[in-house]
This record gives sequence, structure tokens and C-alpha cells, in this order.
Amino acid sequence: MKRRTISISKRGFDFETLMWAFTRLSALAMYLLAFIALAGALLMGARTQMNLADVIRWTFMPNANHVLGTDVPDIAPWATLFWKLTASAFVCFAAAHGLHGLLSVIEDYLTLPWLRRALRILIIVLWLPLCAIGIYLIFNV
Amino acid sequence: MSLKRNVSLNQGLRYQGKGPMLTYILHRIGGLGIVIFVATHILSSYLGGDVGGFLNAVYEHWIFQIVIFFCALFHAINGLRIVILDLWPKLIEHQREAIWLEWMVFIPVYGIAALVIVQSAVGG
Repeated sequence: MKRRTISISKRGFDFETLMWAFTRLSALAMYLLAFIALAGALLMGARTQMNLADVIRWTFMPNANHVLGTDVPDIAPWATLFWKLTASAFVCFAAAHGLHGLLSVIEDYLTLPWLRRALRILIIVLWLPLCAIGIYLIFNV
Repeated sequence: MSLKRNVSLNQGLRYQGKGPMLTYILHRIGGLGIVIFVATHILSSYLGGDVGGFLNAVYEHWIFQIVIFFCALFHAINGLRIVILDLWPKLIEHQREAIWLEWMVFIPVYGIAALVIVQSAVGG
């Protein structure tokens, strides 16, 4: 089969190409963060102190509020700075990945260039407060 | 200048893309489900009060958990397939096998989790 790969210099590299790469790399980053959260939960005793639904909840968002309803005896190890930073990184990646995905779906049904551009800017503007609120909640609630 | 679209909605709905098309549709539905869930979850936690309490009660319901876990797990597993095939484009020749492999991972993992969620909901 003939290869049809075009070099980046001929293909051009713009913001949308960057976001294409970001979507894939942020997915891998979130896989890494989820596995860190899952491994951490198992090391901290999740196997006997939590049910599966609570482990899943923690895996996707390592926030101490997610283990309040479990048999975990001491919440302190689940609320360390390490887990707050892991959760914050997850929020930022997930919000950027998700908002970009939302825009990708909308753009399939939207052909007006100025509206696409306006929504791209809106997505970036929405990302910042969403991350800020998420990080505020992780550190203060 | 607008982008040209030569496919009507009716044609789009009748398109028979089989397995790969199904994963594409489910990836979109799952992704939208996660975006809506996460955004309202963050906002309701921030706002608190009656609205926040009501939304949290909805999120903790086992039916909602089964739906959102389908969205998240399918999006994650299908997403990993997309990432692998996109980063190593030679593998795209094996897309069909990759999709079979994906379902072989998804069905048991989701099945066991859904079973446990229902069991703990019914058993208390």
C-alpha cells in the first residue's frame, strides 16, 4: 500500500492541529492520572473499605469528598496536597478536552466561519472560570 | 464563505457505517454526557443549597451511575483505541480487530461494574 503521509512543513501547523494533538495527549494524561488515583486508593485500603462504585468515583476524580460515604477510617491520607494537585490537573485537562470536544461536535452542524471563530473564543473564555471553580472546590470544600 | 456540506440530515441518519460508525456515535453521546455531567456537577457543588442537594441526590442514584459509567468507560476505552491508531497510523489497517478488542474489554468490565452497582443498590 502506498504511503500518503505528508510532512508537517507541507501540511501546515495551526491552532486546530495543535488542539487535535492536545485531545489525544490529554487523553493519555488523564489515563495516567486515573491509574495513579486507582493505585493510590488500593494502597490506602480501598479493597476492604470501599465499594466498587466509590472506587470508580475516586479513580475519575481523586477528591476526599468522594470517600466520605465509605468505611475509610481516616480521611486525612485522602485529602493530602498530592491528591489535591492530582485532582486539579485532572480538572484542567478534562475541562479543556471536554470543551474542545463539545466544539468539535457543534462544528459538524455549523458552517458559518465567524460563528465557529466566536465559539472557539467562547470555549477558551469558559475554560478558565471552570478550572478556577473546580480548583477552588478541590482546595476549599 | 461557508463550508460546503453535500449530505443532508436524512442521508446522514440512513448511513450504514456498521461497527466503526457505532463507536463514533457512542463516543459522541458519551462525550456529551460527560461534559454535561461534569459541568453541572462542578456548578452544583459550587452553588450548593437546594439545587446542589437535588443534583447530588440525582448523581448518587444507581440508575444515573449506570448511565454515566457507560458514558465514561466507553469514551475512555474507545478514546484509547483512537489515540493508539492515530499515533501509530500503520495500525489503522487493523481497525476492525481493534474495535472487536475494544468490545472484549468493555463488555466484561462494564458488566461486572453495572452488576455490582445494581447489587449494592438493591441489597442496600
